[in-house]
Amino acid sequence: MEEKNEYAIEMLNITKRFPGIIANDNVTLQLKRGEIHALLGENGAGKSTLMSVLFGLYQAEEGTIKKDGKTVEIKSPNDANALGIGMVHQHFKLVQCFTVLDNIILGQETTQHGLLRKDLARKKILDLSEKYGLKVDPDALIEDITVGMQQRTEILKMLYRDNEILIFDEPTAVLTPAEIEELMKIMKNLANEGKSILFISHKLAEIMAVADRCTVLRRGKCIGTVNISETDPNALSRMMVGRNVQFVVDKKDAEPKDVILHVENLTVPSKLHNNNAVNNVSFDVRAGEIVCIAGIDGNGQTELVYGLSGLENCTSGKIVLNGKEIQSAPIRSRYAAGLGHIPEDRHKHGLVLDYSLMNNLVLRSYFEPEFSTKYGFLKKPQIQEYAEGLIERYDIRSGQGATTMARAMSGGNQQKAIIARELDREPSLLLAVQPTRGLDVGAIEGVHKELIAHRDKGNGILLVSLELDEVMSVSDRILVMYEGEIVGEFDPKTTTPEELGLYMAGARRKEMGKNA
Amino acid sequence: MRKFLSRPAVQSIIAALLCILLGLLVGYVALLIINPAGATEAIVTILKNYFTYPTAAAARKYLGNTLVKAAPLLMCALSIQFCYQVGLFNIGAAGQYVAGAGAALFCALSLNLHWSICLLAAIAAGGIFGAIVGFLKAYLNVNEVISGIMLNWIGLYSVNMLLTGVKEVASPYTVNLANTNPGAILPSLGLDRLFSNNKYVTVAIPLSIIFAILIKIVLSKTVFGYEIRATGIARDAAKYSGMKEKRNVIVSLFIGGALAGTGAAFLYLTGYEQWSVTQSSVPGMGFNGIAATFLGGLDPIGTIFSSYFIQHITSGGSYLDKNIYPSQISDFISAIIIYLCGFVLFFKLFLTSVMKKKNTKTEGEGGDR
Ligand SMILES: Nc1ncnc2c1ncn2[C@@H]1O[C@H](COP(=O)(O)OP(=O)(O)OP(=O)(O)O)[C@@H](O)[C@H]1O
Ligand SMILES: [Mg+2]
Repeated sequence: MEEKNEYAIEMLNITKRFPGIIANDNVTLQLKRGEIHALLGENGAGKSTLMSVLFGLYQAEEGTIKKDGKTVEIKSPNDANALGIGMVHQHFKLVQCFTVLDNIILGQETTQHGLLRKDLARKKILDLSEKYGLKVDPDALIEDITVGMQQRTEILKMLYRDNEILIFDEPTAVLTPAEIEELMKIMKNLANEGKSILFISHKLAEIMAVADRCTVLRRGKCIGTVNISETDPNALSRMMVGRNVQFVVDKKDAEPKDVILHVENLTVPSKLHNNNAVNNVSFDVRAGEIVCIAGIDGNGQTELVYGLSGLENCTSGKIVLNGKEIQSAPIRSRYAAGLGHIPEDRHKHGLVLDYSLMNNLVLRSYFEPEFSTKYGFLKKPQIQEYAEGLIERYDIRSGQGATTMARAMSGGNQQKAIIARELDREPSLLLAVQPTRGLDVGAIEGVHKELIAHRDKGNGILLVSLELDEVMSVSDRILVMYEGEIVGEFDPKTTTPEELGLYMAGARRKEMGKNA
Repeated sequence: MRKFLSRPAVQSIIAALLCILLGLLVGYVALLIINPAGATEAIVTILKNYFTYPTAAAARKYLGNTLVKAAPLLMCALSIQFCYQVGLFNIGAAGQYVAGAGAALFCALSLNLHWSICLLAAIAAGGIFGAIVGFLKAYLNVNEVISGIMLNWIGLYSVNMLLTGVKEVASPYTVNLANTNPGAILPSLGLDRLFSNNKYVTVAIPLSIIFAILIKIVLSKTVFGYEIRATGIARDAAKYSGMKEKRNVIVSLFIGGALAGTGAAFLYLTGYEQWSVTQSSVPGMGFNGIAATFLGGLDPIGTIFSSYFIQHITSGGSYLDKNIYPSQISDFISAIIIYLCGFVLFFKLFLTSVMKKKNTKTEGEGGDR
């Protein structure tokens, strides 16, 4: 056999600094040919940074990168591409108003005599899509397709460029369980075909299911690389956070009291189609309970939350919060009436990315007397002090503390900042949409504890989650949503994921009373 | 030194200086092409501006003139800048300026009102023009550049019509303000004496600087500034936070328009210029404001200096020898320089990326110790 290096990529002693922080401190990672190599670490541990160094988005100050045993310099994504390295980013980078096909060939167009040959490109894409089971509609616009299909588009984009080394930065954070399963299969297929895969995830079960080996980072340092066959989730999480993590949350039984949120026959129109996204929905949330809306993504959960929070107008129905009708109230008075909202899309709604962390932490309260004078000036020292308190309490990690730009924070820490902001105002009703998306296991444990503590203080929480584990372990009551309607109410203690699954898929429904 | 060089403010200044240099160079080349013999002298004349006058007193007087025109330019630049913070490109500043000029002159010449009323009228007229663009943008999503440009022309011809009643019999210009209604002239508070009794020097000059400082404070220190910047860079997050994004867009364009309108009052209420009711192009003040804004690094304080500089070379251009160069040459040269000033952002990006590379290298060495 020809003598060949066993490693497709070696990143040796990589160091990358950002102002105030060493994001990668002497990190070594070796990727074998044809393996799926997981990268695990707390929020802000430096995973995305390390992958960005490999993809040429950042240059490391120290260390070398080798491809097939030869030292290479990767100065830009173009260099990475030329070396066969492709990346699916934590937040996708697709052109919204282009079709799937156009996005895939963008920058790599097949031409003949200077003319675009889309037919050739289409054939290649369809072949690839067939070969790896990546179902896409080449002519659909990105803005019209599901996140899952957007992700398949990103993957096809890498394959179309004949990339050999595929980087997936938290690909599963935005997917539904079924889509995750599908992605796992695709990844295994790709590895069997000889592609080498780097895979970042916070979900230990996924890593256990697909990865061959796993490298763990903690606060920028490499803790070690282990074979998945010789380890278990507990050991991995211990490596990652340095302590045992509780996967199941302790909580007392709920003691529901008065109704805090009363929703009656609420209807919210859809942006995508002519039917209503939320159709005649009624339910209550009481003080001291966590009610969870479960369902497959795209069944109206997003619009329900938009309707409740005021981001979207409701066409009919009633929303009563703490005895006040708010269905047509502006966003700010809903907030004043006691509504908190951890939004689904942290980059779109949750943060002003080009504001500092401290300015983001007062995004909902900057105008209150605490933070502004009566002449309309911001009280900067007070804002800073308040921000530093939250940073400390919620363990929000960043390079320059309160003055870090939100954009320069790791995804998980951005999420923690939003959670801190919303919980700290003690809303009597908290809308929490995918609150733990993108968080590491330690932080998830922390957020779940915070949510339960918030409940125990006598507040109501409406949790929207796509993750059944979270639904089952945190909630006190489960409402399943299917095609814009609530099709069943369940007690997490007596139901099973299988039963929920049937309702979520629309195979069954309960007759719901007027006041569910 | 490196640390100093990588500060954003320092980089803005370096980038601006680079642009100016490049602009002068290209301008010089243009002069060379037209007539090599007089080029060096010409570029020196442009740069010297009022220093061409032999006596200090005369130079001071004409410095006064440059300042008189720099003040409205600064106001237009501030107008564009303010709107830029809300993510809007207020090309309509030119039209808002025209509206302000029309309102100020109408009140002064037709209605014989006091300067304070004329000024308020200019502010209101500019503001309303801005608010129209804002309204169209916020509620009908009409691109502010398109509606701004259309309004520029509507403004120009309306003002021409409006002022036809107060034009001189023999010329297309409006009647002399100082003779018709001296009460409409902005007070000078003795400032004219500092500039060899240049009667056009008024409170407009210090006021425009005060406006720049005020805008800086409003944008960086107030609740209102926090809101409009958030609306500009993250409209969805602004909505989520409960800000009234539509209202913010309209209010910002109203303020932008009011600033441009004030600028017009700052020029026409000194009596320095008359309005020509037959002019068929929108005064360049609003457009030059765009260049001043970018050259000033999108910072109100920087804009004070860039506005002065742009006016300095524009005024300097008028001293060129008209026998050697066609009379449009001064506009041409300043246009070239102004045009190149637009590259300031490009230079800044370039500098930032160079400094970043250098910086990380030095820090890397530091880590080795
Ligand atoms: N562009 C940047 N400028 C400054 N600091 C940055 C930048 N990008 C990342 N950082 C900092 O580097 C550290 C590592 O960030 P990174 O995004 O690599 O974390 P991560 O491991 O991917 O975390 P997460 O799981 O939350 O996505 C963080 O503390 C972050 O604040
Ligand atoms: Mg990351």
